[in-house]
Amino acid sequence: MKLPDLTELAVRNLRESLLRNSLTTIGISVGVASLVAMLSLGIGLQQLASRRLMKSGLFDTVVVTSRRDLRNFNREEERNGPAPGESRILDEPTRVEIEHLPNVLEAYPDIRFITELRYEDKPHLTTIAALPASAKSNDAFENVQGHFFSSALAPEAILQKTFAEELLGKTPKSGVDETNVKDLAAPLLGKELTMRYAQRVATNDSSGDQSPPGAAYSVVSREQKLTIVGVAELDPESMRGPTRARVFLPLKLAESLHVMQPTDLREISRAASDKPIYSSVTVRVKNPSQVQTVENAIKKMGFNTFSILDASKSIQQFFKVLDVFLGIFGSLALAVAFIGIVNTLVMAILERRREIGIMKAIGASDSDVKKLFFAEAGAMGILGGLVGVALGWAIGQVINLGTNVYLRSQSFPPEHFWSVPWWLVAFAVLFSFLVSLAAGLYPAGRAARLDPVQALRYE
Amino acid sequence: MSSEISPQNSAPAKHTVAIHAEQLCRHYRMGETLIRAVDGVTLEVRAGEFVALLGSSGSGKSSVLNLIAGLDRPTAGRVVVQDRNLAQLSREDLAKYRLHTVGMVFQSFNLISSMTLAENVELPMRFAEVVRRKRDGLVREALSRVGLQARMNHRPSELSGGEQQRAALARALINRPQLLLADEPTGNLDSHTGTEIMNMVREFNQQLGMTVVMVTHERALAERYAERLIFLADGKLVGDEANSTVAANAGTDHARTGGGYA
Repeated sequence: MKLPDLTELAVRNLRESLLRNSLTTIGISVGVASLVAMLSLGIGLQQLASRRLMKSGLFDTVVVTSRRDLRNFNREEERNGPAPGESRILDEPTRVEIEHLPNVLEAYPDIRFITELRYEDKPHLTTIAALPASAKSNDAFENVQGHFFSSALAPEAILQKTFAEELLGKTPKSGVDETNVKDLAAPLLGKELTMRYAQRVATNDSSGDQSPPGAAYSVVSREQKLTIVGVAELDPESMRGPTRARVFLPLKLAESLHVMQPTDLREISRAASDKPIYSSVTVRVKNPSQVQTVENAIKKMGFNTFSILDASKSIQQFFKVLDVFLGIFGSLALAVAFIGIVNTLVMAILERRREIGIMKAIGASDSDVKKLFFAEAGAMGILGGLVGVALGWAIGQVINLGTNVYLRSQSFPPEHFWSVPWWLVAFAVLFSFLVSLAAGLYPAGRAARLDPVQALRYE
Repeated sequence: MSSEISPQNSAPAKHTVAIHAEQLCRHYRMGETLIRAVDGVTLEVRAGEFVALLGSSGSGKSSVLNLIAGLDRPTAGRVVVQDRNLAQLSREDLAKYRLHTVGMVFQSFNLISSMTLAENVELPMRFAEVVRRKRDGLVREALSRVGLQARMNHRPSELSGGEQQRAALARALINRPQLLLADEPTGNLDSHTGTEIMNMVREFNQQLGMTVVMVTHERALAERYAERLIFLADGKLVGDEANSTVAANAGTDHARTGGGYA
């Protein structure tokens, strides 16, 4: 029998026992909906995490340090490359060289120091870090109160929420973080901070014969006025742990201040010059997939690198496992639907025993009968799959909506926890079709094997 | 004028052997008891012949018909229809044989209740994979032959017994078989409607040259229409005689040319 005839007969047969077949199809729909809901939650969460992590700038970032920095000393790397003492220095020409590597978006020095800030004549000690202009797209500054730096050299500062609280003398309740950033920013924006810092000034003192030429500098205490232009809700350096900063300055401004860096002591012979030496350089790669290539290229130059790529791999692995588990739970409902299809078709054989006998008597082959039952199972599968996808999507939307209402009530920005990509729609319908065909295997085989003489006697 | 609904071109020449059964047996085992439904039946039916299988209930006449129809397989012996030993055909080949060579009508009509008459008549053509555009015309023609064109969109439950049997006849003819097998075709009909159906069967036999094997327990009916009467009792053939009455009644041999009845 040809496919159009088969489809037509299958659909007409399904219409004959409308209630029972509809209930079976609803069973399949619920199964598919549960599968779609579970998987789309998994995918949605994965996308949310990726989105957040990508925006955090961690996944497209490689941190480069010199092998001379023994804090990052690694015996394995020492064996494979030059000894720390003979390794290259992380200076401005090197930074430019790195920036010109393929797939590198930018490479900027990590300027970071602990110093004193005075606000309304009260001293506050904190870590200060410099940020390039590109940091504006970092999600930490997404909901910043105030604005990002007006220029790369502007004497401006952005505060992290906890430091703003400290300046205002507010102590957050332990475990509860309910302070409104807007309320914190209002009294601070436009106010002035005075930063005291240690400036490295090269001197031309060559009094002693023992000293190599140019290897002298003095450390001078300086002050810099800064205007508070923003208060950030999120911590842009949350992954940095104890070294994270709570006050941020424009990068060019920080560079121009020549603040004394830990590397200056290590590289004493070179620090006296005006050319800076960096403790680390942060490299932003065009695409996270190119992080490994860029890392390898930098390693070849003789530097140590660190990226969060390995961490991202474990996160991806975690989500894959989560998807599998969610998929298994979602499939349980489909397994119940599977039994429903078998039951419906076996009942149909009993009911239509005589009809099968008639069809065989007038020339239907075993395979015609088998195909007809398969087509009925398949039609229920496709229909159930389509309805199930729609149902799963609707469930997702409702839960997403409910979650966002809750988030808003808790002053959190709304998020998309749910994602139903096209491949999931296609997969769900195909899976439903295949499961239904599998459920039709036994009934179809049984119908095909019916003895026509016996079947014709059946009343 | 030739009709689309006439036996296929490969119809055997008149008076050649259409059905040959030899020592045909169909035994069933029910627990310890062996039931000999058909027990060593040997018979021959010539092409274009109208044969009646007569016997009381349980005599084995329907079992013989099922074996000739390829619905059942013999436990011993052989049944050869148009040079094909049905016992040796595969299940698929037997289905093809039923589809193209045999048309069947039953006592209980056996129309599919969920389908209209047109759909019932069309069904064998779906199995035979006849192209869709040809099917509508053939269905109309077959139903008009049996006077049911106006009822083609009715379901069997909306028709009388006679109309249902006429529709079953139209379905049996639709794939232009050479063999028409009828199992008590008038068993559920009143005598007037029964006569109407039997006249149609005779018409197909005489005008289309179809070989007809009819099972009945009514001797009078058999004598009125069949050329030959075969008697069965307890699964055995107990008599085989030519029916002289029908030859005298019919007198329509001129029509047995397969030239159609349009």
